[in-house]
Amino acid sequence: VCGGRRSCWPGSGGTRGRAAMDLFGDLRRMNKRQLYYQVLNFAMIVSSALMIWKGLIVVTGSESPIVVVLSGSMEPAFHRGDLLFLTNFHDDPIRAGEIVVFKVEGRDIPIVHRVIKVHEKGNGNIKFLTKGDNNEVDDRGLYKEGQNWLEKKDVVGRARGFLPYVGMVTIIMNDYPKFKYALLAVMGAYVLLKRES
Amino acid sequence: LRKNVEDFTGPRERSDLGFVTFDITADILNRKSGLQTFWNKNTLMLFFIFDWNVKQLFLYLSAEYSTKNNALNQVVLWDKIMLRGDNPRLSLKDMKSKYFFFDDGNGLKGNRNITLTLSWNVVPNAGILPLVTGSGHVSVPFPDTYETTKSY
Repeated sequence: VCGGRRSCWPGSGGTRGRAAMDLFGDLRRMNKRQLYYQVLNFAMIVSSALMIWKGLIVVTGSESPIVVVLSGSMEPAFHRGDLLFLTNFHDDPIRAGEIVVFKVEGRDIPIVHRVIKVHEKGNGNIKFLTKGDNNEVDDRGLYKEGQNWLEKKDVVGRARGFLPYVGMVTIIMNDYPKFKYALLAVMGAYVLLKRES
Repeated sequence: LRKNVEDFTGPRERSDLGFVTFDITADILNRKSGLQTFWNKNTLMLFFIFDWNVKQLFLYLSAEYSTKNNALNQVVLWDKIMLRGDNPRLSLKDMKSKYFFFDDGNGLKGNRNITLTLSWNVVPNAGILPLVTGSGHVSVPFPDTYETTKSY
């Protein structure tokens, strides 16, 4: 017999005729509990994803271990929308020919280009110059005013692996924010309405 | 057959500028293994590298040397993108270096040991991006004096 207790789910037997208000109240209570459960489930998924990302940051030593190629300056090797996997181990020396992802001081956007000149002192002090494969000139025009070389601190990571096209999703979400909101709305609706059997 | 011509003018902006022209039919200053063998050994390897997962090779010739200023210097003199399906034979005659061979300082004058190596970056269709150094290398010394005038 369900006396309106919280622990009584509909369909568990023992129902009797009730006023519509009671039934509705019961349904609302049941929904709220299920809702909390769904939200917790969702929070767990988000936390796990964040943990995996942080774990990758630790393992690779790079602050951004997965980046999306934004420009065509490394074609035909990398095109806009390709995904790059980076490592940034402290003891890895920077050598000519390597593909590095670096950030110019004061700018947010990382750039993916190749190292073409390296000058390293005995004490480990290193300065290097980069150039995009598809560019005619080196990157000095991209560096800060008066800056002629990059240093180790500017490096986000070295490209070690690559997947084509996968990063296009990020670019589309950036260029068409409506798409991003639509995607979030769909995900939110799915989370809230999904029923665990 | 002609010798490999090395000369350099400078310093411009207080740095040494080196000019290297490489010619595959040359013998480097009495060295038994000249540039010819160097290129041949490497083109042979290139034949075997292109498989279904290789989209392209980025080849580059780099000069490595050390100076008083810097323990290690590496300068890319020439590069080439070789797509799968391109002819893997490298036959380059009298190539001028594609990029200016500037040193950070005056370390090229009298530097007896500039090592040229051919390396390549394998770009797959998907997967790991390895950097491979070709076999063999060529040592090139620079003369002790600057050239004062040069005509091109």
